[in-house]
Amino acid sequence: MIKVHRSTVIQAPIAAVWAILRDFNGHDRWHPAVARSDLEAGRKTDQVGAVRNFRLESGVRLREQLLSLSDKDYSLRYAIVESDVPLQNYVAEIKLKPVTDGGGTFCSWTSHFTTPKGREDELASLVAEGVYTAGFDAIRERVSASQFSAPSITVRTGTGIDGLAMGIKRYGGPEELQQIDVEAPPPGPGKVRLAQTAIGVNFIDVYCRTGYFKLLTPPGVPGMEAVGTVIDVGSGVRHLSAGQRVGYACLPVGAYATVRTMPAALVFPLPDRIDDATAAAGLLKGMSAEFLLHRVHRVQKGETVLIYAPAGGVGRLLCQWAAYLGATVIGATSSEEKARLARSAGAHHVILPGQKSLEEQVKEITKGRGVDVIYDAVGRDSFAHSIEALAPCGHLISFGQASGDIGAWDIGSLASKSITLSRPNFGHYTDTPEKVQAITKRLFQAIEQRIISIEPERHYKLSDAAEAHRALEGRETTGASILIPDDLYR
Amino acid sequence: MTHVYASSIISAPVDAVWAVVRDYNALPAWHPAIAESRIEEGRPADQVGCVRAFRLKDGGFIREQLLALSDYDFTFTYSILESPMGVQNYVAVMKLSPVTDGNRCFAEWFADFDCAPDREAELTATIGGGVFQGGFDALKSRFGG
Repeated sequence: MIKVHRSTVIQAPIAAVWAILRDFNGHDRWHPAVARSDLEAGRKTDQVGAVRNFRLESGVRLREQLLSLSDKDYSLRYAIVESDVPLQNYVAEIKLKPVTDGGGTFCSWTSHFTTPKGREDELASLVAEGVYTAGFDAIRERVSASQFSAPSITVRTGTGIDGLAMGIKRYGGPEELQQIDVEAPPPGPGKVRLAQTAIGVNFIDVYCRTGYFKLLTPPGVPGMEAVGTVIDVGSGVRHLSAGQRVGYACLPVGAYATVRTMPAALVFPLPDRIDDATAAAGLLKGMSAEFLLHRVHRVQKGETVLIYAPAGGVGRLLCQWAAYLGATVIGATSSEEKARLARSAGAHHVILPGQKSLEEQVKEITKGRGVDVIYDAVGRDSFAHSIEALAPCGHLISFGQASGDIGAWDIGSLASKSITLSRPNFGHYTDTPEKVQAITKRLFQAIEQRIISIEPERHYKLSDAAEAHRALEGRETTGASILIPDDLYR
Repeated sequence: MTHVYASSIISAPVDAVWAVVRDYNALPAWHPAIAESRIEEGRPADQVGCVRAFRLKDGGFIREQLLALSDYDFTFTYSILESPMGVQNYVAVMKLSPVTDGNRCFAEWFADFDCAPDREAELTATIGGGVFQGGFDALKSRFGG
């Protein structure tokens, strides 16, 4: 009989870790080795006796049965009932315990099994590292991404670096953004600690603050992008070093802070030629524009593109870049002032609300044909008009809902023009260092060659974050806004 | 029945921490609240059934019997025979577990007991905070955090 045991401590409440693990059939959503898992015979995921039938990324198939599940003890046991890998008499137990001293969760994963002679070490290592350790790492990653993270779970060991953040204690209006003391703990494995110099403000931060997006659970700190200097890095971080100028635009949220310890994988070095304010104002929006124009749809010379809110943060970049790519750009906006900005950003035509509907105006410009691609972040108020304004085989890219949820739509109506509909999510285009590197490379080139220009319109002190949110929600802004830590603000 | 549970992470391998806490007669050597201790009837300190009689620094006198000891599970269980605390049917367990992804261990200390209802909160705080967490704090500083 072989015994394999792995244990770790995850800096998250036991309920958060247990919520992931108790879902017996949910492992294909978090475990990197599991490709696809299904429950047999219509059982529930927490039904003792249920069998999960799953396939690993390697192609191996397994069936495992839930033997026991205890919400009281935070433990579950399961056995392999059938497997392509010769793990015989395999019974495993996962058990969680709260760490009352300082917080966090102790996690242990233990199994007993037999194997054919000579394969003991190979299979024990596969189970220990490939399944248990990799599983712990994935859960750690997941809980740190799903609920914010660094400052709120800090254990005050005396080696953390004190800082300030603008966070919320509950969902609500801009006034809920309050100054809080935070501590950036020393970076653990795979983490980096940053002294931040400029922080980007995005509409997604408003959604975090109001609770519309559950990227943040109060108390917590919003913010998706910032620029700063590396203070130190944890073990295993090879692409960054102390003193380096870096930026990021990724989850977990928490950028509205002067110091921050965060996962290092998606943090990247900044080229010298791009200053802090430009990068903080443009990383999230610029990376969005890059994958919207080059990946979600590859905009081609000769295509006609309709862009809503062409004077806004992402909209202006889309106009500039689409025009550079040789597309005919139509902007749809709400005022003469914004129309002027849209034209200066490269829009060949601008549509304003008037006696004629948006689709009628589009048809006039395109001689009745409609547009090939639409970039629509307006949502509820625009969706029906967008469908009408498309040319046959057109592509509607819905990447936001500033006016509200689009609601339920019958996709049958798309058939009248063979419409393609995309609903891209920033996270899926930027979730590996390789993807981020490819996107930022093209973005930095576009900034350097002045294909796009990112100039922050407004600088705010970090402590004035509420004011920045009010301006953004009041549609007062046309460019980007950034927050500067108060002691650096000039 | 009241349940008190405390747990901590100690920055030392489980063997090293076990070597300290396994000695049933060694409380004065590592727990800050204990002044002196002896094992009754001259028994060995790892003989299941032995009784340790010890005095707290605040003067209190306590007798506890070793009910179980496992070098395999890094666990020991004991009951209070006599104490000034006003608890009945008190059984406590201390358990260490290795944390395999680092040179540290997970320590748990928990107890079940009966007491007068109006004293439950106070006793929970004294036992969980003073005795158990106080012991963890001492172990943590002994092993450098």
